[in-house]
Amino acid sequence: MQEREITHLIEDVRVGKLPRRNFILQMVSLGLTAPMASMMLMHAGVAQAQTAPTYKPTKRGGGGALKVLWWQGATLLQPHFANGTKDQEGSRIFYEPLAVWDNDGNLVPILAAEIPTKANGGLSADGKSVTWKLKKGVTWHDGQPFTADDCIFTWEYAKDPATTAVTMGIYKDVKVEKVDSHTIKVTFAKPTPFWATAFVAAEGMIIPKHLFAPYIGDKSRDAPTNLKPVGTGPYKFVDFKPGDMVRGEINNNYHMANRPFFDSIEMKGGGDATSAARAVLQTGEYDYAWNLQVEDEVLKRMEAGGKGKVHIIPSGDIEFIQLNFTDPFTEVEGERASIKSKHFAFTDPAVRQAMSLLADRKSIQEFIYGRTGVATGNFVNNPPRFRSPNTTWEFNIDKANAVLETAGWKKGSDGVREKGGKKMKFVLQTSVNSIRQKEQAVLKQACQKAGVDLELKSVTAAVFFSSDVANPDTYGKFWADMQMYTTTMTQPDAERFMDQYTSWEISSKANKWQGRNMCRWSSPDFDKAYRAAEGELDPVKRAALYISMNDMVIKANAVIPLISRPRVRGANLKLVSTLSGWDLDFSTLQNWYREA
Amino acid sequence: MGSYLLRRLLIALPSVLGISVVLFTVLALAPGDPFEELATNPNVPAEVRAMLRAKFGLDDPIWQRYFHWLTAMLRGDWGFSFISRVDVDTLILQRLPVTLVVIGASQVLAMLIALPVGIYSAAKPYSWFDRIASTLAFIGFSLPTFFTGLLLILLFSITLDWLPFVYRADISATGWQWWWEHIRQSIMPVMVLGLFQGASWTRYVRSAMLDVIRLDYVTTARSKGLKERVVVMKHVVRNALIPVVTLVALQMPAVFGGAIVTEQIFRIPGIGSLLIDAILRNDTPVIMAVTFVFACLVILFNLIADLLYGWLDPRISYR
Repeated sequence: MQEREITHLIEDVRVGKLPRRNFILQMVSLGLTAPMASMMLMHAGVAQAQTAPTYKPTKRGGGGALKVLWWQGATLLQPHFANGTKDQEGSRIFYEPLAVWDNDGNLVPILAAEIPTKANGGLSADGKSVTWKLKKGVTWHDGQPFTADDCIFTWEYAKDPATTAVTMGIYKDVKVEKVDSHTIKVTFAKPTPFWATAFVAAEGMIIPKHLFAPYIGDKSRDAPTNLKPVGTGPYKFVDFKPGDMVRGEINNNYHMANRPFFDSIEMKGGGDATSAARAVLQTGEYDYAWNLQVEDEVLKRMEAGGKGKVHIIPSGDIEFIQLNFTDPFTEVEGERASIKSKHFAFTDPAVRQAMSLLADRKSIQEFIYGRTGVATGNFVNNPPRFRSPNTTWEFNIDKANAVLETAGWKKGSDGVREKGGKKMKFVLQTSVNSIRQKEQAVLKQACQKAGVDLELKSVTAAVFFSSDVANPDTYGKFWADMQMYTTTMTQPDAERFMDQYTSWEISSKANKWQGRNMCRWSSPDFDKAYRAAEGELDPVKRAALYISMNDMVIKANAVIPLISRPRVRGANLKLVSTLSGWDLDFSTLQNWYREA
Repeated sequence: MGSYLLRRLLIALPSVLGISVVLFTVLALAPGDPFEELATNPNVPAEVRAMLRAKFGLDDPIWQRYFHWLTAMLRGDWGFSFISRVDVDTLILQRLPVTLVVIGASQVLAMLIALPVGIYSAAKPYSWFDRIASTLAFIGFSLPTFFTGLLLILLFSITLDWLPFVYRADISATGWQWWWEHIRQSIMPVMVLGLFQGASWTRYVRSAMLDVIRLDYVTTARSKGLKERVVVMKHVVRNALIPVVTLVALQMPAVFGGAIVTEQIFRIPGIGSLLIDAILRNDTPVIMAVTFVFACLVILFNLIADLLYGWLDPRISYR
């Protein structure tokens, strides 16, 4: 899709010919995220959809306890030290950002009085600054007022290298100024089309200056508030046992009317996904469970209990296979899979095409994932209703055979194809996980019929996903012919997601295998498009560049996307939760309630 | 006795040191990185991880880290968790009460089953009671706890819907309600652990009793015309219990160590689940503290068992 076509579509939305939601879904099917698509509309001056949440309770409190299960419990409650989403979720009960992403990619104000737009003067014309107006009359749980100073402090705290905040990447390159007591201005070093990063969503939680000020920098770990959060959120802190339990009670001074509904919240950690599903779906002991990585068949059986149901929220995670473009089994200049070497088969485009034809995505979806995965040929989240026509996939063994035959790979006496004395024997590695081992089996079976011999290898997740330089089996080293895992889209902007295919991110000994481009595919055109997108201010031109980049990767068959994995959550039948695939589960916790 | 105790304690010192060296080296050499979750998150710059490693001293040589740890431990500083950013002793103290209550109750239950059943079985060997008890004991210790745990959950939580299977350490109720909730949620884990332990102890008590009950002095006691009750309780049990005491004493450190599998199944926030979480997340200071305390307790209870011997059997003297 070209820039011109996107501009047309935006025009259609503006005049009301195309529903806003359809536009966003189309963009999503092309490899963009909903928040990016939404930002394009905002840039073009199309107002955000007014998503008034259906919130029925007419008074604050009275809802009893909300009991949620996180089978990986929160281990700390300081959002700027979060090890993973579990810690961000735990912190989010108490702390709040200026705005969050809803499921359609809209920015929803929380501590902001309004979302900055060009119309209200929040966005500067040169794309270099954003002015946020803060909500007035908000107080911290200890009664102190929330002001612009807290935002400035949060920025100073997170950007200080001595604090070692994990959110440093977001705050170090911006400058935050106080305009007045309830207005701040975020300035970027260069024009930034995707401006909603600082103070937004999971990494945007604001901490109180009056409690953290003495503990900035080196002393950050000594702050007593690290363990006893004081925020602005719907629930006040009661008790915390790392890895086990986070408890909160209703904040009667919460800044949104009639909210929250529940009198207390309990976030219990530990155990495993299957029994968490059971406690919510089958016995109803708990109201909500996070991340149910359980086979769909099992979930369906539990749902039959009639206590709860599974919620499936589209998101940007994708299970895919990478093909190694370098030779993983020969050392070149003392390095395996050196960028100077060439893979004997995967550098041949015909072989890559055949491998893609041999991926039986339909069986994998039907027999392994069920509702919890959607077959995809695209390196993006892909709602089935809006599957892009130019990224089809097919499973065709005959065609794969024909492609390999024409490319000169002939079957030997043992039924395995070979060319120039090299046999088509590939090692496919992945992490130990019953679902992944089943996928491996499906792939092996199809490959066998095309004269390709797959050797299956599985590595413990703790080793496979580690950054241990000494271990030969990490996914970063990728010392195998093929590997399979899920890549997650942790940020709604595609910039960080797409750098997985740039030449400077190629994983090698020089960067201690920390590079994000593990299949070591590279293309000058892709690099050029990526660089162009980095400095492109016009969101439409930028989107067009990302779409073309996505197509380059897919057309080259550098990777074989298999399954788009939505988020799977379990909730009580009566619990009304507003979940977003682009933000934390608790992004709109204040709106959760239980139907009578 | 005093000099014996002193000697034993002096011998214990090098073994404790040796254990700590081995533990520390193994943990330092094991693969994995406490900040690996951050590594998979592209939003976190690599320099943040590097700074965290430097801050927590992970880049220093192993021997330096070991001496750092040892001096801190001697000063009573148990270390600082990489993952939770809390002092390790706070973490352990948070988990200890639950572990003591649940595991302690299960050990008491095991004793309450093992002693009467074992003694009665041995007093009347090959009777119907003995046969049934033996069969049940064999079944009891051949079923692993993760299996009986799931079985109980299926029966009592899912089919009958009587008991909860998620353990909550802090229950907000007060008074009787609080007790009732705690008992309700503890029944299944205590049963699982207690019956497993009780089954093997029953066999042990029975065989220890049988060894003693055939001895000549028992026959003498009977021929003196003493009541069977007195013979068994005063003359047999006291002697038969000596090996049992060692077994029980050596089991005591487990009360502190928790039960990893059972705690995981019922989500009991005990020391066992703390340890397994720490291992999975490579949180070395926590692993080190828990395993080291465990090792010290094993040594301590070994000593206690030896001292109890002398009290139970005056023929044993300490030199």
